[in-house]
Amino acid sequence: MNPMQRKKDRIDKLAEQAAGASADVPDAGKVADTGGVSLIASAWRRLRRNPVFLVGLAVTVLFVLIAIFAPLLAPHNGQTGYLLNQVTPNDPVPGGQDGFPLGADGQTGRDLLSRLILGSRQTLIVGVCATLAGLAGGVVLGTLAGAFGGWVDTVVMRLVDVMLSLPSLLLAISVATLFGRPSQWTLIVAISVVQVPIFARLLRGSMLAQRASDHVLAARALGVKRGPITFRHMLPNSLGPVLVQATLVLATSIIDAAALSFLGLGNPDDSSPEWGQMLGKAQDYFDVAPRLAFWPAACIVVVAFGFTLMGESLREALDPKTRR
Amino acid sequence: MSAAAYEPEVRAGDSLLSVRDLVVEFGGKGRPTFRAVDGVSFDVGPGQTIGLVGESGCGKSVTSLAIMGLLPARGNKVAGSATFDGTDLLTLDQREMSDRRGRDIAMIFQDPLSSLNPVVPIGVQVAEVMQRHQGLKKAQAMQESRLLLDRVGIPDPARRLKEYPHQLSGGMRQRALIAMALACKPRLLIADEPTTALDVTIQAQILEVLRELVVDSGTALIMITHDLGVVAGLCDEVNVMYAGRIVESASRHEIFARPEHPYTHGLLGSIPRLDGTRAGALHAIPGSVADNIPWTGGCAFAPRCTNATAICREQSPALEADPTGIPDHLLRCHHPILPGTDSTHE
Repeated sequence: MNPMQRKKDRIDKLAEQAAGASADVPDAGKVADTGGVSLIASAWRRLRRNPVFLVGLAVTVLFVLIAIFAPLLAPHNGQTGYLLNQVTPNDPVPGGQDGFPLGADGQTGRDLLSRLILGSRQTLIVGVCATLAGLAGGVVLGTLAGAFGGWVDTVVMRLVDVMLSLPSLLLAISVATLFGRPSQWTLIVAISVVQVPIFARLLRGSMLAQRASDHVLAARALGVKRGPITFRHMLPNSLGPVLVQATLVLATSIIDAAALSFLGLGNPDDSSPEWGQMLGKAQDYFDVAPRLAFWPAACIVVVAFGFTLMGESLREALDPKTRR
Repeated sequence: MSAAAYEPEVRAGDSLLSVRDLVVEFGGKGRPTFRAVDGVSFDVGPGQTIGLVGESGCGKSVTSLAIMGLLPARGNKVAGSATFDGTDLLTLDQREMSDRRGRDIAMIFQDPLSSLNPVVPIGVQVAEVMQRHQGLKKAQAMQESRLLLDRVGIPDPARRLKEYPHQLSGGMRQRALIAMALACKPRLLIADEPTTALDVTIQAQILEVLRELVVDSGTALIMITHDLGVVAGLCDEVNVMYAGRIVESASRHEIFARPEHPYTHGLLGSIPRLDGTRAGALHAIPGSVADNIPWTGGCAFAPRCTNATAICREQSPALEADPTGIPDHLLRCHHPILPGTDSTHE
């Protein structure tokens, strides 16, 4: 129960900050009167000078560029066993050499560097798709709960609580094993299911804050119907913290994706490399070639770190309490 | 629908909204019930402006929210009646009420910035009301919005339409809110402290916009305020509220010329004035509304009243005609300050 409570508290705290942020908008507006800047502009101004954010941004941009241009950047293709002829029973993993700086990826003799570069693609696709799917699910549930309240809210939030009460990786593994044939799509579904309750709870919190806000009351006082109130007045004003959270969740998605692939629940076809899957295969050679585990692990850590830095500094910049 | 269209139905002078014995109780499980509004009655007719005056927490905003049906359903009990053009608004369900809000009755709030949606351009927010109630197409509604913004005195309305609330000044935001409220030419407008958040010069402009509206279109206006300056400039009738009840009700002239309730007296005495003969401090009313006692155990104002005697703490006074026989001057007090007997300030 304790970790679940902690999880819930953290999400609620974020939602509270969201309420604070929207309550803070009047100030931002007043500043704007006197030639100042709005909330978003001032957040950007602070971000631009924040080295933590810049590092995170650099890592993220580099990673995304590598993933997009992977086939051009990779020196070789990922499938051909170029170094197959060097594989011997005594030395099953050919080391680094001319043209193959990181050596082979195992007994198959494929180029490790190329596979790492190509693997960024799978990682990006899985991370982004899982986060988007989780975001979509969470927004639907959170909007339902926040807009209708009453028993809809109760039902949705209890469901969300049940999902939050399960350790996230365990939940993802359970979902992934539901599908008979693992593929990258089952991976995406499994990870997004874990993200849904986080987004739902967060959005519901800031929707409730919006529901009590002056401008929603003013809209109701003019007879605006529930639909427009929800989608024009409440939702757009509630999305900020959810989108910030999405940046943070991207990092978790990437780690979760690696974890599931490592456990063999990812795409079994190793012709399209994936970092977690490479990490899993590296176990076989851990005694002779620990670098096979090191490189994919390093990639995962660096990328997750970049997203986390970016997300945290974004959150901080938009949080009125930590503003300086 | 223009102002002229409803004149045959309701002649000037007749009551458009008639509130009778309005009671609002807050409460719920485990909390003691609190009577925020306790038997409030008043009338307002087309082209008439009445004021609900009192300190923060005296129930004036709750009164307006109850009339609009905007109090949260849970934990609140509303009793009495609010008859608008023959229909008791308090008996309507949320959907029927929603159809009337913005079309028949509109409301303007205190803080213009927080009352506007920060992520939607002004024009869209004004147009939204017309699309909702008059079934206009978006382009048409935007066209109308431009005319409305122009009418409430926003310069360069075509450009302002596309701007967001934070890009406008405080006065312009309040004008935009007024434009939204006026979009469907409501017959009754409730203004809840519309000038409190504004500079004095802007206040005067906003009050002028509202005054023109009442005079030109015959709109009925309920002005909720704690600012007696606003009352002096705008209201025909004044209802002074204290702890959920009306304690004095009279025409503007009467209230200012002969305030008889010690509370009204105190309110007027709290205004700084340059021409005052009284040298010295302002006459602050001791205590605050938060100290109030329920009306059941005597007069709620007794603990703060300089005229209070034993009877005030035992028997709750009724709202009665002025003892000196002035018509239409109602008073809820055992010991009113009558002309000639004014002793509180000396």
